[in-house]
Amino acid sequence: MPWTKVYGNKAEFEKLSGSTPGLRGITYKDALLEATTQMLASDKNVFVLGEGVDDAGGVFGTTRDLHKKFGKDRVIDTPLAENGVTGIAIGAALAGMRPILVHMRVDFMPLSMDQIMNHAAKWHYMFGGKVSVPVTIRSIIGRGWGSAAQHSQSLQSLFAHIPGLKVVMPATPYDAKGLLRSSVYDGNPVVFIEHRWLYEHIGHVPEEAYTVPIGKAVVRRKGADVTIAAASLMVYEAMKAAEDLKAEGIDCEVIDLRTIKPLDIETLTGSVKKTGRLVVADTGWKEFGIGAEVIARVVEEAFHALKAPAVRVALPDVPTPASPVLEKAFYPGKEHIIEAVKKMLVRERP
Amino acid sequence: MKEDLLKHYGMNTITRKLLVEMYSVMLRIRMFEERVVDLYPEQEMKCPVHLYIGQEAIAAGVCLNLKKEDYLFSNHRGHGHCLAKGSAMGPLMAEFYGKKSGCSRGKGGSMHIIDVENGILGTSAIVGGGIPMGVGAALASTMRGEDRVTAIFFGDGAYDEGAFYEAFNFASLKKLPVVFICENNFYATNSHQSARQPGCRISDAAAAFDAHGVCVDGNDVIAVYKASQDAVTRARRGGGPSLIEAKTYRWKGHVGHEEDHPKGCRPKEELDYWKERDPLKVFREMLLKRDVMTASELDEIGASIKQELDAAVRFAKESPYPDEDELLKDVYSGGMS
Ligand SMILES: Cc1ncc(C[n+]2csc(CCOP(=O)(O)OP(=O)(O)O)c2C)c(N)n1
Ligand SMILES: [Mg+2]
Repeated sequence: MPWTKVYGNKAEFEKLSGSTPGLRGITYKDALLEATTQMLASDKNVFVLGEGVDDAGGVFGTTRDLHKKFGKDRVIDTPLAENGVTGIAIGAALAGMRPILVHMRVDFMPLSMDQIMNHAAKWHYMFGGKVSVPVTIRSIIGRGWGSAAQHSQSLQSLFAHIPGLKVVMPATPYDAKGLLRSSVYDGNPVVFIEHRWLYEHIGHVPEEAYTVPIGKAVVRRKGADVTIAAASLMVYEAMKAAEDLKAEGIDCEVIDLRTIKPLDIETLTGSVKKTGRLVVADTGWKEFGIGAEVIARVVEEAFHALKAPAVRVALPDVPTPASPVLEKAFYPGKEHIIEAVKKMLVRERP
Repeated sequence: MKEDLLKHYGMNTITRKLLVEMYSVMLRIRMFEERVVDLYPEQEMKCPVHLYIGQEAIAAGVCLNLKKEDYLFSNHRGHGHCLAKGSAMGPLMAEFYGKKSGCSRGKGGSMHIIDVENGILGTSAIVGGGIPMGVGAALASTMRGEDRVTAIFFGDGAYDEGAFYEAFNFASLKKLPVVFICENNFYATNSHQSARQPGCRISDAAAAFDAHGVCVDGNDVIAVYKASQDAVTRARRGGGPSLIEAKTYRWKGHVGHEEDHPKGCRPKEELDYWKERDPLKVFREMLLKRDVMTASELDEIGASIKQELDAAVRFAKESPYPDEDELLKDVYSGGMS
């Protein structure tokens, strides 16, 4: 199925689209732009706000020229006031709108943590379900070129810790478009985390509006020996690792989490019950991170299926360094996944 | 100095030495930043750079009123502030190259520079992040009975942030010795001040907090000097904080070594207008016209800065990268020992 396929690069996509006539390919960033354009066009309650959304660059292309099409009162460049503006988006959501709030970097969201966790996340519950907060908060993970400690964080587990929030991390253009629509219409505060390195990825994206369900992972590659659960950019590393391991006769199943919260535990346990081995590859820090949660849940549900200790491939417990040599040592990639898988096969339970 | 000039700036005296310093400090920043522009395309400086070209008069005018032990808090566009406060070029340049000899040992890059000996306790690239920290440093020096002033540099974009108001209110409430310098270059990234602020009268905000506010031409180094002299004097005497709004313009794009008008970020006419008001050119012409210095004296200053700069670049390029095991070090300090 073209919509569950991940294409490692443009050439791969073109090769496949040649054999499937009419398969439209667009980039991740254009998929986000298209989803936003369609919602702005069809629903007067949807509006976009954020720092620089009307900028010539248009948040790396994802909001480009929307202000020209829909006017500056629906595509609102905001002052640099993250907490206040987040509260304003939440208030508008309470009063019937469906705001899409955009941050250029995940790192700016901590400034709005009070409004997100003390307000948006709690409002529906705290008032016995009488009101809801259908706000979508988009933000982008940066990486590389000395982005350093304050411009490259992957904070998904921070948000996933808070009851009342949903957290999604699309890895493909198809999911970016479909999950954005699902987020806007979910009726709850959704933290939508993109990865800057995925922006130029091309994949199959239908032109018409569609949704990808929140809370559903997807098997990107079937396999019998090891389950690799990955999120966002790490899905591609997992796919590459699986490809390399195939050459050595190791058959990996790759699961793209797509949604971090709520976690699709059925898909995960289903796979682990089959393979008996689990590696989790995440873009965030290892300690108290996504890997920890995924493994804990699998252990709770399918302990006896595990043939070996599960392994996390994630960031070491340090802030991001700027120097190119340290940056290179900081980020794990397919080699780390391959190493984890091999180690696991050795460390099997008798 | 001619009487008319002193009268114009409301000053009693101004020495030739000070004028020469103003010129040197500005030129030192300009030449440093222009060298970054020249070297950046080599792609060996692997970090984002936010250049200060066009705004030099502000750092120079403020910092010439500061002592070595005074604190300075800066932002993402911080090279000029550190240089004006007295930072050596080598460790800064080496930091941009991600080297072990960099001021942050290669961990920070151009957005996160530090110079503890010169009162710079680290630089945040979160807009507004340094403002409350600066007020905290002033609180500490006051509690410890130290004679220090804290200068906090931030942009018109940071003025949007709640952190500014919260910190300014506290500083004024506690009469802390802080000089807030808002470098109003009219843009936060590509967003014009008028798209973010209804009044565009930043310095007026001080009045609401019972503090002193003044708006100056940020391209006029003497005007900035005078405003900061007043503010620093007031702060040292226990008169509390001041807010100086200095209007200026950044010549390069928000980030990187190139101009941004070809990308449609800002109109080229605007840049042309401000280049006519180049703080260095205007000041140099004034010095020559009033016979404060000869052209060859001015050029000598440039020549000696060039030597310092050549040495700094050599130092940065020749320094080794940090060892890979540095990655896991420095997450926590050793604590009390
Ligand atoms: C809290 C926060 N929001 C957004 C950003 C992204 N950002 C970096 S610099 C900048 C513009 C800052 O403008 P200003 O304060 O006027 O300083 P200037 O760049 O003009 O010197 C923005 C929006 C950030 N780093 N931190
Ligand atoms: Mg500015």
